[in-house]
Amino acid sequence: MPIEKFTTLVSTCVPLPAENVDTDQIIPARFLKATSREGFGENLFRDWRYDHAGRPRKDFVLNDERYGGEIMVAGKNFGSGSSREHAAWAIKDYGFRVVVSSFFADIFRNNALNNGLLPVQVTGDFLSLLFNRIERDPRVTVRVDLEKQAVSLEGEGVSENFEISAYKKKCLLNGYDDIDYLLSMKERITEWEQKREL
Amino acid sequence: MSSKTIFDKIWDDHVVSTVPEGPDVLYIDRHFIHEVTSPQAFGGLKRRGIKVFRPDKTVATADHNVPTTSQHLPIQEELSRVQVEKLAENCSEHNIALYGLNHPYNGIVHVIGPELGITQPGMTIVCGDSHTSTHGAFGCIAFGIGTSEVEMVLAGQCIMQSRPKTMRINIDGIPGQGVTSKDIILYIISQISTGGATGYFVEYSGKAVRSLSMEARMTICNMSIEMGARGGLIAPDEVTYEYLRGREFAPAGKEFDRHVERWKKLGSDSDARFDRELFFEAADIEPMITWGTNPGMGIPVTAPIPGKDETGNTSEASFRKSLDYMGFNPGEPMAGKKVDYVFVGSCTNGRIEDLRSFAQFVKGRKKAEGVTAWIVPGSRQVEKQAAGEGIKDILEEAGFELRQPGCSACLAMNEDKIPEGKYAVSTSNRNFEGRQGPGARTMLASPLTAAAAAITGVVTDPREFL
Repeated sequence: MPIEKFTTLVSTCVPLPAENVDTDQIIPARFLKATSREGFGENLFRDWRYDHAGRPRKDFVLNDERYGGEIMVAGKNFGSGSSREHAAWAIKDYGFRVVVSSFFADIFRNNALNNGLLPVQVTGDFLSLLFNRIERDPRVTVRVDLEKQAVSLEGEGVSENFEISAYKKKCLLNGYDDIDYLLSMKERITEWEQKREL
Repeated sequence: MSSKTIFDKIWDDHVVSTVPEGPDVLYIDRHFIHEVTSPQAFGGLKRRGIKVFRPDKTVATADHNVPTTSQHLPIQEELSRVQVEKLAENCSEHNIALYGLNHPYNGIVHVIGPELGITQPGMTIVCGDSHTSTHGAFGCIAFGIGTSEVEMVLAGQCIMQSRPKTMRINIDGIPGQGVTSKDIILYIISQISTGGATGYFVEYSGKAVRSLSMEARMTICNMSIEMGARGGLIAPDEVTYEYLRGREFAPAGKEFDRHVERWKKLGSDSDARFDRELFFEAADIEPMITWGTNPGMGIPVTAPIPGKDETGNTSEASFRKSLDYMGFNPGEPMAGKKVDYVFVGSCTNGRIEDLRSFAQFVKGRKKAEGVTAWIVPGSRQVEKQAAGEGIKDILEEAGFELRQPGCSACLAMNEDKIPEGKYAVSTSNRNFEGRQGPGARTMLASPLTAAAAAITGVVTDPREFL
């Protein structure tokens, strides 16, 4: 089953400078009770976004109308902790297509890629520059070009390259699905199993 | 032939093929599933119109959102009940063995795998849960995966993964009295930070590790993910083989001996090279407790709260945010801090040895007034054993109650939630904001340190009582 393609994105950004944002903050465990993948965006950053009475917390960036867009720019070590893919679903469902950070936790990175949410890892310096520019002007736009593996601040000529495995890149550019690939190998897997038995 | 680490040996032994310029296709020997991260994976199979490829290699349990009292009654909370029912439906449709609620084998996925002998050296094991690293204590490549990957394993019994780097962590010497394996791993994480092993698969070795029981080793491997590691493992030895002998799903008789001969060859070759190697001394480790909101923020229970994050892992702003959440100030001693709740349980410290050490400590003493304690066995078998050994009686005499198995207050998906603003000493694995309930303030520690807190009502060095 084809997945959503990703090629290029130009968007304003939502800055979240907090470091070590764990997946319990992205989506608290008590909201993991659904049996479908949809609707998790509603509870994205639930306890940072709303107080215990369900009122929006004015000081949280998702409630700050100056900021918006499809790119989240986050502090280092983003997505640590629990393996819950619900974290990636929630970010995607809310409307983000890219998360930029200077460091990602492994499982989150895989989960994001498996959902067409692109994790873009940049240097600490570039990340600081992004935070600085976004703070100065929330309307500043960032371009993410997957083919070129480049992320740039529009209009400033500042850009950086990012890493992604050649395989994952191909999958995202073309909308290929990992599981389809694996299913095409079933005979080979069966042969491998048989050989192993001997 | 070049020398290999245990990790390389097991990984190479499971590569079905390699995608050009891409990941390895790694065969999975055992797949554990539970109610929370599997429904969408089964939904995916349905959309594709396919069945589970190798149903005999997947084992299911209900653990994350089950209640820990009155398990014989229907689950009260509707969404939890639906998830547990959905798991049963999916398992039945796909012929997967399910150890659901009230089954004698039910329990936390990372407790039952080892205790049933399903987890064995040399295997590849995955589960949609980050603490799958626990199984590495047997000399396995075991790691947590997301739901799309759960679907992948159900669909083709393989996972596409790029090979992580390898790290060896050596802990020499013998831990002092009152220092448990929980303290060892909290110490290591405090030294290297929550992202310190990201990108690596860790092997733990050294005299201190060899001196530990299987259950203590599981506690160490369990928290590998808390320093970002893909997983953590310990080469098998006599302790491993003795633990496995006679277990329900372990090989039996001559077959067992044949397996042991094979398992003995798994250890890293003496000249094997690691991408990174770290050395620690057990003598430097004291009973640990966390003061902040990630597992890297740990200090000796006797120490004051630091003035900045000494791992260098967090900025001043993030450091302050943690302290504000906890209601603590730099320089304050942790010992003597008021404790409202004590939680003993989870896949980290919910095994029989954990309950034994807690019970031995509280025996003949009384729970402090004002402390609410939840003692939650990791499985039905642990619960049964605790009753059989008299642990349940000891606990009751000291004012504690043994609950029924489940993940419970570790992640507070069920009713076991620490109230807002309250302080909990917890034997679980994560002290993230809100992890144990919205606004809950968690201090991670060993079962011994939890016992000392439960008796005194404040954070206490357990060695004062030993």
